[in-house]
Amino acid sequence: MIRTTPFHERLSALNTEGLYTHWQGHLSALRYTHAPKHEYFAVRNGVGVFDTSPLFKYRIHGPDAERFLAGVLTRDVRRCRPGQAQYTLWCDDRGFVMEDGVVFRHSQNDFLLTAARPNLGWFADLVGRLRVAVEDVSDDYGILAVQGPRSRMVLSGLATEADTLPFFGQTQTKIGSAPVTLSRTGYTGDLGFEVTVERDHALDVLDAILEAGRPHSIRPFGEDALMMLRIEAGLPLVDVEWTNSRLAFTDHDRVTPSELGMGWMLRGLAEDDRAFVGGAAIRRELAERSSRWAAVGVLVDWEHWDALHREAGLLPSKDEHPLGYESVLHDRATTEGGAQVGYVTSFFYSPVLQRHVGLARVRPEHAAPGTEVHLEIALNHANTTVRARTARTPLFNPARKTAKP
Amino acid sequence: MTDSTTTYDAIVVGGGHNGLVNAGYLAKAGLRTLVLEKNDLVGGAAITEELVPGFSFTTFSYALSLLRPEIIHELDLVEHGFLPLMMPSSFHPTGDGGYLLLGDDHGQNVQEIRRHSRHDADAYDRYHHDLDRVCQAIQPLFDNAPPNVFGKDPEDQADVAWLLDHLDGVEQKVMHDVVRLLTGSAADWLDDYFEHEAVKGFHASSSIIGSKVGPMSPGSGLVLLFHKMGEHDGHLGSWAFHKGGNGGFTQVLARAASAYGAEIRVGAQVSSVLTSEGRAVGVALEDGTELRAPVVVSALDARRTFLDLVDPRQLPGDLVENVQRTKYRGVSAKVNFALDGLPVFPALPDTVDHYGGFLNIGPTIEYVERAFDASKYGWYSERPFIDAAIQSVVDPDMAPPGKHVMSCFVQYAPYELRGSDWDTERDRFADKAQAVLESHFPGFGDLVLHREVVTPVDIERRTGLTEGNIFAGEFLAPQMYFFRPAPGWSQYRTPIDGYYQCGSGTHPGGCVIGSPGKLASKRILADLRR
Repeated sequence: MIRTTPFHERLSALNTEGLYTHWQGHLSALRYTHAPKHEYFAVRNGVGVFDTSPLFKYRIHGPDAERFLAGVLTRDVRRCRPGQAQYTLWCDDRGFVMEDGVVFRHSQNDFLLTAARPNLGWFADLVGRLRVAVEDVSDDYGILAVQGPRSRMVLSGLATEADTLPFFGQTQTKIGSAPVTLSRTGYTGDLGFEVTVERDHALDVLDAILEAGRPHSIRPFGEDALMMLRIEAGLPLVDVEWTNSRLAFTDHDRVTPSELGMGWMLRGLAEDDRAFVGGAAIRRELAERSSRWAAVGVLVDWEHWDALHREAGLLPSKDEHPLGYESVLHDRATTEGGAQVGYVTSFFYSPVLQRHVGLARVRPEHAAPGTEVHLEIALNHANTTVRARTARTPLFNPARKTAKP
Repeated sequence: MTDSTTTYDAIVVGGGHNGLVNAGYLAKAGLRTLVLEKNDLVGGAAITEELVPGFSFTTFSYALSLLRPEIIHELDLVEHGFLPLMMPSSFHPTGDGGYLLLGDDHGQNVQEIRRHSRHDADAYDRYHHDLDRVCQAIQPLFDNAPPNVFGKDPEDQADVAWLLDHLDGVEQKVMHDVVRLLTGSAADWLDDYFEHEAVKGFHASSSIIGSKVGPMSPGSGLVLLFHKMGEHDGHLGSWAFHKGGNGGFTQVLARAASAYGAEIRVGAQVSSVLTSEGRAVGVALEDGTELRAPVVVSALDARRTFLDLVDPRQLPGDLVENVQRTKYRGVSAKVNFALDGLPVFPALPDTVDHYGGFLNIGPTIEYVERAFDASKYGWYSERPFIDAAIQSVVDPDMAPPGKHVMSCFVQYAPYELRGSDWDTERDRFADKAQAVLESHFPGFGDLVLHREVVTPVDIERRTGLTEGNIFAGEFLAPQMYFFRPAPGWSQYRTPIDGYYQCGSGTHPGGCVIGSPGKLASKRILADLRR
């Protein structure tokens, strides 16, 4: 039986399309209106809400909670102080990425970790003799992402903490009479917050936010819009950018943190002696510079894209819906003997960047921003290549995202 | 007095969008470029003004579509804030309390058409496909300077050969459709596809914008086709609302041009182009300042370019004659509102979805044609056609929270009134427009916090557009392509060496398109390399 989230009753009433996907056994709206791009612009130019409740949520608490997490999470959780949150990964013992999530540190010994897939067994098996409890509290809370340049304006009327919360800060507060965790986090690459609320209070909090947002034209947005936003933001998605290493059949489907573009999480790792799952392999990879891939963004040459389509008798398509499959990157056009140097995992036409963009992995020697690559596309049912260049991610990175209030 | 401290490589007269595009390209090519704008704000007819605190009005031009996509990239506009917001819906009240509401989902649009006419459901696809094919055929003509078909030198003949070769590749049906659109009426064209009056009325609205034609007049097909040539994110005929309105867009252009090194001076009215021995050498400002440059580019319309800025006696007689007889005849006005809340359409009381884009107030072809009739006899419409948009729904920054701005493009409002004048009629005219809105949105008047009325005379006074024609010269077949702005002078040059034209009155203007500015810069830079 498909489940629904704590916000479903209200949000489904706002959904004019009846289009849902299944996200870890929950109904999740693909879009709320006929125009997902309009929902996308709510986040880029106004404010939108997204129901991210199907995430798994694990409460990790006890005197050894920090020690435990420092030993299983790839990023050093000891640097995450109470009142902060941290985007993190966890890896297998070969240093291949399993999954990602956000860890919220509520106090010295109390954490909440989100995950896209179930992970309780893996975490629980690693507890050993440490004094720590790992509890699955996934069904106890709803999480509502409130994202966009006006998100702070909407929330500050409900919880003044919104006015002062720094990027990846989080705090316990109330919306109405409901206790919530308010965090400056999200998956859109824009100014935004997430509100974590107990299931029983979820509708009250949602109603309060929608009411406060009404004069700001607040709109719910679905997964279609979220995919557009997160690609621009350079945020990878499990099962799209990579496969959980424990569920992959070959090493081709596995990536290390560096290969996923998360090398920044590993800064200082060579100098400290923190023991964590996969740590030895990751340190070796860093020392030997043995990463097979580098994560990059890709910007398509608009002129070449248009010319190829026109020559083929087609209107140049500029489709904001991400491609559902990978494309191969070559060092030169295939007609000129190009050889594969990488692959694009996510690709679409970005309305704010006004060009086709993608998230990709290339061989490290092709990773320097601006390196010419050639992307395979099919036109009139025949493969050809379009010129593109590698670029740093995030591809879209407004100052407001991380700006101090 | 001569401002001898600075000399420029190029001076652009007029800081409208084409002037700014032209300056951007010239500066990017390394020319020391100066833009002179008579008003205190650049943008020409594409400006946004905060007339009431917190309420931003798009005084004149109000949406974006025709802008050629290559300009966005070549001038790096995204870097400077270019942000076209999606207008997700089109709303067409049918005049009997009903409506046609189209959006971004093709299947739902087909059902919405089918709700009115089962016959028209598949015609809708065929109609857009046929128009797309016409646009595909015409597009290369939009993106290149018109060949000089009267010229005899090898370059002209190569251009003509290119054109003939291109046209040779166009399918017979598409070519026939091109001619039907360029010469016929929108009503006849639409009759071949649709049977339902409201469906036809909806599609006819773009056939009369800015033009002294009714949808039944030959020539309205051309206006319809021109508007379909625009695109937003690859969707032909689709419109966007730029962040901050079209004034937001021209501010982006100004930043881009400045970043390339162009200097922009506002409040600088040029009185004449200075010439010496048949060559342009600079400009004189109203205050007497003289500025020197070997290249002077007029972004003004043809009448001002050829009859005001230079002495027409310096020009060939046939050019002067052609410029003098060019039709302007503005028929468009704006009535813009600051609103206390959203209007209510009784059949859709609880939703805002129908306010995501244009509100097309011209239920049927006959309604619009009757609105046109009055203008033939020198008077404004009793029940005008209105192309409205509540822009704060798309961009909340246009109005304070919960409040709204509404742009209403109103037709017909002929520049010359018979037996009265616009300063007398301004409010009576706006009342007519408001009464039409009231009839569709009961209680509308109670929402009005502020009303701005912009008549054709106001358009002329403030922007300089002759007779308030928003396209800087009417969209009539004899005023298009290699006849724009005048036969023999369609390639951005003038009879005066070093004096160029880049305004909307040159191919492929008008509308906020940018191409005249770009194509003129190509001409100038090529000439400088000679």
